[in-house]
Amino acid sequence: MNMASETWIDIGPLADIPREGGRVVRTAAGCVAVFRTATDEVFAMDDRCPHKGGPLSEGIVHGRQVTCPLHNWVFDMTTGMAQGADKGHVTTFTARLDGGRVLLNAGELLGRAPATAP
Amino acid sequence: MGERLVIIGAGMASGRMLEHLIEAAPGCYDITIFNGEPRGNYNRIMLSPVLSGEKAFEDIVTHDAGWYAANGIACRFGEHVTKIDRDRKMVVSAKGETPYDRLVIATGSAPFIIPVAGKDLSGVVSYRDLEDTNAMIAAARPGANAVVIGGGLLGLEAAAGMALRGAKVTVIHLMGHLMERQLDPAAGYLLQKDLEKKGITVHCKGATKAILGHDRVEAVLLEDGTVYPADLVCMAVGIRPETRLATDAHLEVARGIVVDDQLRTSDPSVFAIGECVEHEKQLFGLVAPLYDQAKILARTLTGEAATFQPVQTATKLKVTGVDLFSAGDFAEGPGREDIVFRDPGRGVYKRLILEGEKLIGAVMYGDTADGSWFFGLIKDGTDVTAMRDTLIFGPAFAGGSSADPMAAVAALPPEAEICGCNGVCKGRIIEAIGGGANTLDLVRAETKASSSCGTCTGLVEQVMALTLGGGFQANANPPMCKCTDHTHEDVRRLIKSLGLKSIPAVMQELGWKSVGGCASCRPALNYYLLSDWPMDYRDDRQSRFVNERNHANIQKDGTYSVVPRMWGGVTTPAELRAIADAADKYSVPMVKVTGGQRIDLLGVRKENLPAIWADLNDAGMVSGHAYAKGLRTVKTCVGSEFCRFGTQDSTGLGIRLEKLLWGSWTPAKVKLAVSGCPRNCAEATCKDIGVVCVDSGYQISVAGAAGMDVKETELLCTVATEEEVLEIVAAFVQLYRENARYLHRIYKWVAKVGLDWCKAEVVEDRANRRALHDRFMLSQSVYQSDPWAAEPPVRKDWSPIYDLSREAAE
Ligand code: SRM
Ligand SMILES: Cc1cc2nc3c(=O)[nH]c(=O)nc-3n(C[C@H](O)[C@H](O)[C@H](O)COP(=O)(O)OP(=O)(O)OC[C@H]3O[C@@H](n4cnc5c(N)ncnc54)[C@H](O)[C@@H]3O)c2cc1C
Ligand code: SF4
Ligand code: FES
Repeated sequence: MNMASETWIDIGPLADIPREGGRVVRTAAGCVAVFRTATDEVFAMDDRCPHKGGPLSEGIVHGRQVTCPLHNWVFDMTTGMAQGADKGHVTTFTARLDGGRVLLNAGELLGRAPATAP
Repeated sequence: MGERLVIIGAGMASGRMLEHLIEAAPGCYDITIFNGEPRGNYNRIMLSPVLSGEKAFEDIVTHDAGWYAANGIACRFGEHVTKIDRDRKMVVSAKGETPYDRLVIATGSAPFIIPVAGKDLSGVVSYRDLEDTNAMIAAARPGANAVVIGGGLLGLEAAAGMALRGAKVTVIHLMGHLMERQLDPAAGYLLQKDLEKKGITVHCKGATKAILGHDRVEAVLLEDGTVYPADLVCMAVGIRPETRLATDAHLEVARGIVVDDQLRTSDPSVFAIGECVEHEKQLFGLVAPLYDQAKILARTLTGEAATFQPVQTATKLKVTGVDLFSAGDFAEGPGREDIVFRDPGRGVYKRLILEGEKLIGAVMYGDTADGSWFFGLIKDGTDVTAMRDTLIFGPAFAGGSSADPMAAVAALPPEAEICGCNGVCKGRIIEAIGGGANTLDLVRAETKASSSCGTCTGLVEQVMALTLGGGFQANANPPMCKCTDHTHEDVRRLIKSLGLKSIPAVMQELGWKSVGGCASCRPALNYYLLSDWPMDYRDDRQSRFVNERNHANIQKDGTYSVVPRMWGGVTTPAELRAIADAADKYSVPMVKVTGGQRIDLLGVRKENLPAIWADLNDAGMVSGHAYAKGLRTVKTCVGSEFCRFGTQDSTGLGIRLEKLLWGSWTPAKVKLAVSGCPRNCAEATCKDIGVVCVDSGYQISVAGAAGMDVKETELLCTVATEEEVLEIVAAFVQLYRENARYLHRIYKWVAKVGLDWCKAEVVEDRANRRALHDRFMLSQSVYQSDPWAAEPPVRKDWSPIYDLSREAAE
């Protein structure tokens, strides 16, 4: 069992993320996008589109999907898979809500390899 | 003034010829065109979908009154030419004589009427023009009996159209199987079966003896004694070239008017084109070769050397649900071999006819996807020996790939013909797409592909999908996006008529199929709602694209550009100093003068945006909205204040216009320019709205473009005062805001609604102009605010919510 998976980081209040929007968490291995859906679910994934590195946190959020702001690839936030004809995958991270606070799994985040420079 | 060119007949051939002529040499002739029909050129081919109800006549008009007017063509529609006087170079019509220097006869052909008793009874029509079509529409009531004589292309399209309207239709055909000139018996049989499934009765080997009736048609009697009751009879047994004028004028006429390779008749100043001509003993009945004639004649008329060579044609039938294709020669003969494929379950039949190592004919029924590939092999005379074994399975198999529907199109060589009517090959379409034509409309405008009979639309779309990949959205008045079946136009209408005032309300009431829409419909809905309900609706920031959400253009590396407004392109040393200071303070990597007369600070990090804006605000500058579907720039020239040619204060007027319009949201971006005289240094004639100052006032023109399309503006009106310019421009922008579909620039919208309509709304109807202007100002009372000053309420929201990078380092 992985001890680190027990460590949750409180990144801030849910209210700081707009509904159908995102914010980023800066990490040494690149930014992580944290999204809030219309129904107040939270999801986290790499803030880097596999197409050409677009910042997914700036995409339009619809349902449990986000559309990359640069060239409109669509990703499922639950799996990180690109939708439709596009092929690609974005690493997702566990995010959960606790009493109006957004928590990310520290082990998952810190265990990542540093991002290669874009 | 140019030479006088008179054209008899405003049909498909002369229409295309005029397009080429005007493109190559605008104004080189003083043109007059006569037409027997009381209208100009329309897409005759598409009468069949009009008959079946799948299209309206308005959809198939090729040249409307505005087009003829814009090109200075004198129209004499509804006026038959009765005589050509070659000695005096005059044409004679009911209204008198019209002189010509050069004459083009483009009278098309006349339907052939079989000489049987009763042929003149009321209720007997042919199938050639809108009048015939309307007569059939009127007669084809549910339950009515219609008889079509002739089982060729036209007859079957007439039959299918009337059947679709509910009439009981019988087709009487003299030969052993339908469309015997284009199909072999097997394909003719499958076709007959499919038509019978549509409720059409087919009577082959049927010779008409008489049409029966007292005042009007009641029945059709065949030689074998069969009687079919009929409320309407459509005679579609063939056409013959309309040569009467030419014969009377003693021009050389055989079966058609004889022309040479330059489309010249036996009189050097008289030309002929279209179905009325005969070229090297050949007549023409499909548009593809006529369009080639049009090209050649336009060149001949502009003095360019050009030679007409008839091309091979392929046939398709425009009946929904019936797929057939035939090309080349498919008669049996010595030395000819067949390859046949049948799939009775699916009703598929394919037959290839080979002579030696070449493919010379193809007949396909039920599955015609590979038609153009075969047609290409036939036209090019390709040696097919190597692929003979798998030839019948088409290009996909020849390439050994999977059953991907796109594979067949992907495998087509660049010279493969996609649009038979207009002779457009795959390579030409790809070239147009490369040149920026990324919608079906643009490809049509650019290449004419799929703009005639439309049966190749699917193929064109496949070529586009292959070329553009993810960037392609299929057209043909498509639904707004995958989330809904409604078109943009429907949604706009329903938002108003149902009083829908929020995005969730629209999605609920109009039955959206997705949760929360998508990145394509959400911004559109947000725009429609804020433009329709400025006082009730609250802008939904999360439904905006990143640029409008962050009030800056995102760059490829995720940084942003910052463009302060520079009213009319005029700045001051103090502003320039503030811009320079900001560039230093935030280490802006690039400072650039834009094409819109202002300065761009590129490469600013998101978290620095609020601060740099605040600095620029402090120096009196506001957002330039360089990112917005809204007013961008108003370019100006120096005008009467400084320039020795300036007639009015173009700079001052430009600034007034920018101050009037800035901050307004529009369906797509809006750019203006004001030039001080017709030398037009501000390039006003390629803007969405352009003003050119003249001694007597201001010429306001609209619908220009200089991006993916380049288009000159068209004159909206000329006014005397700046006040009128401001009122008309605001009213025109409001008309656009209220009616256009999201992401359509003004030129695209005007192309749809017509400039005449815009003139009627904002120029002629003064009360309406005022009302539009007032609605615009009401909206501005809400939306004319600087987003840089209003945003962000919380500056830290523009930074990461949390910084984990230090913890990682520990
Ligand atoms: C900055 C500028 C280029 C420059 O360095 O001069 C520019 C930059 C961009 N243009 Fe442009 N256009 C700029 C003047 C023009 C002009 C020239 C003009 O306005 O006189 C044109 C042709 C005129 C016209 O619009 O008809 C022009 C036609 C386009 C088009 C094609 C629009 C069309 O309808 O065909 C696009 C694509 C679009 O809007 O979808 C585009 C899109 C873009 C975008 C916003 C692409 C994007 O979405 O990221 C570019 C942002 C670059 C960036 O990283 O910031 N830009 N663009 C110019 C800003 C003008 C300004 O002050 O606001
Ligand atoms: C219902 C229908 C479906 C068709 N489908 C297809 C198809 O799918 N594919 C295809 O390739 N082709 C098709 N065609 C054929 C195609 O429409 C013709 O080949 C084409 O229109 C011929 O063009 P044109 O300019 O020679 O003649 P037209 O388009 O017929 O124009 C001739 C014009 O001249 C006018 N005129 C004649 N005499 C005079 C006079 N004395 N004075 C003034 N005006 C005169 C007539 O009123 C007419 O408007 C179809 C035709 C019809 C009727
Ligand atoms: S032309 Fe416009 S859109 Fe294209 S690269 Fe240049 S700035 Fe970008
Ligand atoms: S970078 Fe995301 S779609 Fe291109």
